[in-house]
Amino acid sequence: MGRVGTIARRPFLVGSAAILGGVAFGAYFVSRPTANPLLDSLAEGEAALTPFVKITPDGITLIVPRADVGQGIASTQAMLIAEELDIDPATATLDPGQPHRAYFNGTVAADGLSFPGWDDGFVAETVRDLMMNVARLSGSQFTGGSSSTADLHETLRQAGATARETLKVAAAARTGVPRAELRTDDGQVVLPDGMRIPYTELAGEAAAIEPVTDVALRPASEWRRLGKTYQRLDIMAKSTGTQDYGIDVALPSMLYATVRANPGRGGGMAGYSADAALLMQGVRSVVEVNEGLAVIAENTWFAFQAAAALDVDWLPPDYPASSAEMWQALADARTDEFQNSRLRDDGDVEDALEGATVIEAEYRSPFLAHAALEPLNATVLVEDDAVTIWTATQVPHVVRDAAADVTGIDAANVILHALPAGGSFGRRLDHDYVVQAIQIAASMPGTPIKTTWSREEDMTHDFPRPLHMARGRGAVADGRVLACDLDSISPSLVASWFGRVFIVPPGPDAMLVWGAFDQPYAIPNYRVTGYAAPPLVPVGSWRSPGACSNSFFHESFLSELIHAAGTDPLEERLRLIDHADSRRVLEAVGEMSNWTGADIGPGRGRGIAFAYTHGVPVAEVIDVTLTERGIRIDDVWIAADCGTVFDPTNAEAQLTGAAVYGLGHAMNCELTYENHAVQQTNFDAFEGMRLRQTPRFHTRLLGQAEKVRGLGEPATAPAAPALADAIFAATGQRLREMPFNRSVDFA
Amino acid sequence: MDLTINGTSRTVDLPDDMPLLWALRDGLDITSVKYGCGIAQCGACTVHIDGEAVRSCQVPLAEVWGEITTIEGLGTPDALHVIQAAWIDQQVAQCGYCQSGQIMQAADLLARNPEPTDDDIDSAMSGNLCRCGTYPRIRAAVHAAASALREA
Repeated sequence: MGRVGTIARRPFLVGSAAILGGVAFGAYFVSRPTANPLLDSLAEGEAALTPFVKITPDGITLIVPRADVGQGIASTQAMLIAEELDIDPATATLDPGQPHRAYFNGTVAADGLSFPGWDDGFVAETVRDLMMNVARLSGSQFTGGSSSTADLHETLRQAGATARETLKVAAAARTGVPRAELRTDDGQVVLPDGMRIPYTELAGEAAAIEPVTDVALRPASEWRRLGKTYQRLDIMAKSTGTQDYGIDVALPSMLYATVRANPGRGGGMAGYSADAALLMQGVRSVVEVNEGLAVIAENTWFAFQAAAALDVDWLPPDYPASSAEMWQALADARTDEFQNSRLRDDGDVEDALEGATVIEAEYRSPFLAHAALEPLNATVLVEDDAVTIWTATQVPHVVRDAAADVTGIDAANVILHALPAGGSFGRRLDHDYVVQAIQIAASMPGTPIKTTWSREEDMTHDFPRPLHMARGRGAVADGRVLACDLDSISPSLVASWFGRVFIVPPGPDAMLVWGAFDQPYAIPNYRVTGYAAPPLVPVGSWRSPGACSNSFFHESFLSELIHAAGTDPLEERLRLIDHADSRRVLEAVGEMSNWTGADIGPGRGRGIAFAYTHGVPVAEVIDVTLTERGIRIDDVWIAADCGTVFDPTNAEAQLTGAAVYGLGHAMNCELTYENHAVQQTNFDAFEGMRLRQTPRFHTRLLGQAEKVRGLGEPATAPAAPALADAIFAATGQRLREMPFNRSVDFA
Repeated sequence: MDLTINGTSRTVDLPDDMPLLWALRDGLDITSVKYGCGIAQCGACTVHIDGEAVRSCQVPLAEVWGEITTIEGLGTPDALHVIQAAWIDQQVAQCGYCQSGQIMQAADLLARNPEPTDDDIDSAMSGNLCRCGTYPRIRAAVHAAASALREA
């Protein structure tokens, strides 16, 4: 760590992530090897040499436990194992496995702490280790926080290496050739004389051998697959319509269902009449589920029609009825009573602002739906002593436990078929739709039932990105930023989400100020204060939670201060940042875009923003042109550093996709509320970016950072402030509220 | 009701006003045709009727006016269409949920316009949403497919 970093230490050092389990445990429990869940179901001649590799006479199965929601992590996981195992991953079967503590995610727990990712000091690293072990013990198997590659890249390569070396021991025992003289290639052990023994033939013998765990991983210079351009393993299926998603599940005798829930989330029902619905064609039954009612019918269309015909007397929920009241609730929460954190407090802001010309601004960020293109769905079969679930989820362990809770059936008898998702963006970190599907199926034991939400239900009953606002105060002197004081105000995402999937943790909600307190700027007088407003609607993690709003606030206000100081936005950021990886991405984006300042000619403008999120520094430069039809985004340059890049083709896709997601929503998306209900219920009112608006992208991954990190989210956060900055350069108009189409038109 | 789908006659016993989308998905188990919005705003349900791209969520069964082609009728993993090959070459898909509709829309465009400009592609493809943001690669894949089709 550089000289940046007098991050204030709060009494709750462990912060938000401590909920993943008790922090008092003995070394014995932590150091115990994790059980291998594959061992229970092995037949004769089969081997599970690690929890990630199963070999049978028929073939090789790789367990890829992190959910593929479009980010390509199934392929990346398989490639990591295959690199050490010496197999072509396209010849293996990929299986997400069953939820199990062997597949715990420690990184996502460690990242939830009140330490910025660039803080590699002793305290930060020690507490991170602690949280890793808490996650290991609790078996929390989240996919999220751009953590999958960071968390698993060594584990999976180690799994491949262990399996490979154990197979060599088996081959040595069979042939009498010493293990050191054996090599492996393409799923076979190769003897010095060129004879080859397929792994599949060695499985039975390898199963009897204690796995060889003391294996050094191959250096990057020896990699044959990782780091090279390769095809995603699902690309053929996804280009030919042959990829099956949860919504495509078809089972014999299956029925179809949909849900009609209270548009005021959590309000409940005073009463209802299902008479009209029950008389409609193809309708089998109407059942009560969490938040409302469900119709079971002979196909999805019949269910949709009948759900619309339900006559329900909804009760109002306990949150404010309108967006105007919700904004007021946030404004009212900027008081000592609601102060939740002050994780950054450098210099003396109050002293610096005393007597100075104080620059002030207020920023707003709306509720946003995740709106994955595949509407939420789950197929469930409840039987006397078992529950079988087909769905896409980022929290398989939570789904398993919920199925046991709802049905009273032992969690050991819950079978989860975890499927690829048609998008998620954080929505499938919740499991409400699966619980409803289990309730529906439990009403008709023995019959599999596929429950599909309509798009309107999906939009109305999202757990949206929280409403978020900020107030900045600052001052400049001698062409420099002297002071920056940011108050960030939002309902607590951690309190809302963790309350649904686990328990609400003690301590400050670091996520409320992610993207603000943890930025590697050395501003002399620098303070970030988080205010946790009272809960409004229940909220969820939306691609780059916290930072997707805070980065807009923080970078926009910094831009205002730099403008007031009369200096160059890139040069001043470089002067303020004292973190080598972050400086490099800023320098790179300047070079890529031939940066000479924000002025790129009449009718045009250039903007810049930087964000450090999920352990990845990202800098983005955007050029816009004013056209007769509105503002057009011409070019976007993105420089980032996630350390070693295992899958360059997909990494580039994640950078551009995340930026499109950030830009599209900043341009034209918001959820507003009237009578407690979401007013935007389909894509006609929630468009995002379309192809005709898509700029040219220019990306660069530096590959110099020491730690390996993930890219699903990091390019999202700086997109909105970079666009706002470009629009300011072109028009002189500061956009302080998203979506920007409230103030300007886009071509 | 009789339908011709990918050159094969199929019979469904479903109401006249049921959208083709649901007849294909739930009636005939042709699930490559995706439900995304139900109001012709996303394009995930795009199929061809007599070679023209249509939103199957907006076509009642009684009004199907010609032969239906779904992506399976365009090409299969063993016999890829040029457009599908370009989609693979450019590594377009992320979640992939919209891509059947994108490819069917692109097939309609390229059948009518073998040498589309960026503006032509923008006009033809902007009704198809991709929430993952694969648009830059869709653009590249359409251009690549156009070149390949011209050379074929």
